[in-house]
Amino acid sequence: MGYVAVRGGGRAIEESLALFELERVEAASSPTISAVASCFPDAIDQVMGESSLYAPELAALAFKQARGSIEEAVFLLRAFRSTLERTSETCVVDMQDMDVDRRISAAFKDVPGGQILGATRDYSHRLLDFSLADESDDDIGQAAVRLRAHFDAVARDGSSSGRLPKVLDYLREEGLIASCDDDDTPPADVTMGSLEFPCARSARLQTLARGMTQAVEALGYAAIRGYGPAHPTVGELRGGTVDLYVDDSGAQGESDPFDAYCLGAIRVCEVESVFEMETETDASQDSALSFGIGYGLVMGRAETKAIAMSVRYPTQDEEFVLYHVDGVEAQGFISHLKLPHYVTFQSKLDAVRTAAERQGNAAVV
Amino acid sequence: MQRLYNFAFFDEASKREIRRAIVKGISIPGYQVPFASREMPIGRGWGTGGLQVTLAIIGSDDVLKVIDQGCDESVNAVNIKKLVSATTDVEVTDDTARATLIQSRHRIPEEPLRDDQILVLQVPTPEPLRDFEPSEAKTRMLHAEADYTGAWLGLFDRIVRFGDASAGADHPCLVNGRYVMAPSPIPRFDTMKLDRAEHLTLFGAGREKKIYAVPPHTRVAPLDFCDRPFRTESFEGLSCRLCGATGVYLDEFVDERSGETVHQCNDTAFCAKRRAACAAACAGEKENE
Repeated sequence: MGYVAVRGGGRAIEESLALFELERVEAASSPTISAVASCFPDAIDQVMGESSLYAPELAALAFKQARGSIEEAVFLLRAFRSTLERTSETCVVDMQDMDVDRRISAAFKDVPGGQILGATRDYSHRLLDFSLADESDDDIGQAAVRLRAHFDAVARDGSSSGRLPKVLDYLREEGLIASCDDDDTPPADVTMGSLEFPCARSARLQTLARGMTQAVEALGYAAIRGYGPAHPTVGELRGGTVDLYVDDSGAQGESDPFDAYCLGAIRVCEVESVFEMETETDASQDSALSFGIGYGLVMGRAETKAIAMSVRYPTQDEEFVLYHVDGVEAQGFISHLKLPHYVTFQSKLDAVRTAAERQGNAAVV
Repeated sequence: MQRLYNFAFFDEASKREIRRAIVKGISIPGYQVPFASREMPIGRGWGTGGLQVTLAIIGSDDVLKVIDQGCDESVNAVNIKKLVSATTDVEVTDDTARATLIQSRHRIPEEPLRDDQILVLQVPTPEPLRDFEPSEAKTRMLHAEADYTGAWLGLFDRIVRFGDASAGADHPCLVNGRYVMAPSPIPRFDTMKLDRAEHLTLFGAGREKKIYAVPPHTRVAPLDFCDRPFRTESFEGLSCRLCGATGVYLDEFVDERSGETVHQCNDTAFCAKRRAACAAACAGEKENE
């Protein structure tokens, strides 16, 4: 009987978990956490990005425990994150200071500092590489030595990378992009408060950056395909590492970088997109055409997500987008439909029966 | 990578923040207080709001009861109990009368609660105007202006189309004459148990990041029209096949052998207690014979 199936829940849960664990341990050998982290860096990046927690080892642990399910790994890591005390905040990071190893512009052929294709699979052929099936640790080691020697030689020829100017500064100087003053309002943290609408820009960016990668991409796609304002041009996409500092004094506002401790560097991907935008001029009723910027910044190498994020106001509805891109919330609420709804359904049944009786009576009359 | 968690899972700062939201909720009955809903080790939509409230207020001498749709042994109730007791070591019970803190999904126990008990209800959708207005910014404004046209229209619409305002569980209520509140999907049968109750009821919506409350002795009035009064689910002429109780919320199912529709108490702890009392009484009678 259906009713009985959900009773005796304690034992059922224990047995169910044991059965699930059996599937895991029977199927595979146990990879070390460092093996997981080094084999699946993109998955680890995605888990860290959607969890808003930079912790490669813990992300790898979560990924292993989740049997490779990204949404489950994010769930695990976020639940862990929420138990952590905030001891300090890092200093503001200026993306001009990024140590850039990849940088492209779809707007300008020749940009100051040059375009750097860097490491990307963009122009690879998506053909299965069957040689990987029999790849050994020795093979990997030899390939690593060979490729390292090659790139060391290239580096000696002198290649440009490191700190580079922003591509869009060119348009800013020309006055085609409205220049904004620095906004030193402390950023909102959506994990420490609930969203309020209209949203602060920082809350919007944070929600998108930790949103489900594929959801942000789907909504970004919808916006450029027909449910949004325009087709953006990627002014600059840059990837690299940024140093994070914590100010010793803990003082707000201006801080002397020499007083700060460097915590290390994290990998990020930043996109600035350019849109045509009508602006109203003060002098007359006429509107002028200028450029607006869409901005995306994500952890790791999630380039498609960063571009999608920079598509401004996908579907034109801030609430619609920001409430629905969160992976843990979407997964949780959809999967809660598996819980028993006996009481609520009984109540619905009563309402439907009553209505049906009434209609039946009406038909007889 | 050994790691230990704090008492009741959260760090103390998080608990304090949730308690502040609770105090505000109690001070403004029926008002949805936004709070920084934390990410939990159970799924969003699986009771994280109720769980956060429970973890924020639980103390080591509390006795906890968790029910899911009326049942203490339902998998999700067991799962929540397991997490709370793993991080607090508090005593758990099925007995409503013994519990000091009761977390429930969609039911209020049949046994009336006392003033030394707190009921925590899990809430999926805290906004009673959400069907009418999808935008949160706008519904907040409607609450501020006490503009509840949308809630009334919803009921009126059902009457026009189906002849009855009852749409199932989660019937909207006016709390303390000011805020219209979603009482969480408790059946209409339970709605009046909130009205001028002895106990405090706290509502936690984790995914939607809201906490609200109905303090003791607060007026809770289901929205209805005077010519179409509020109606609870009807179990007239039916009784529990196990304990014989009438006037309780019943589950309905089909007996596999006879193919008949039979009914049974939805509040399983209440039913078990009645049967145990009955068995004890019968045994007593036998001894006396």
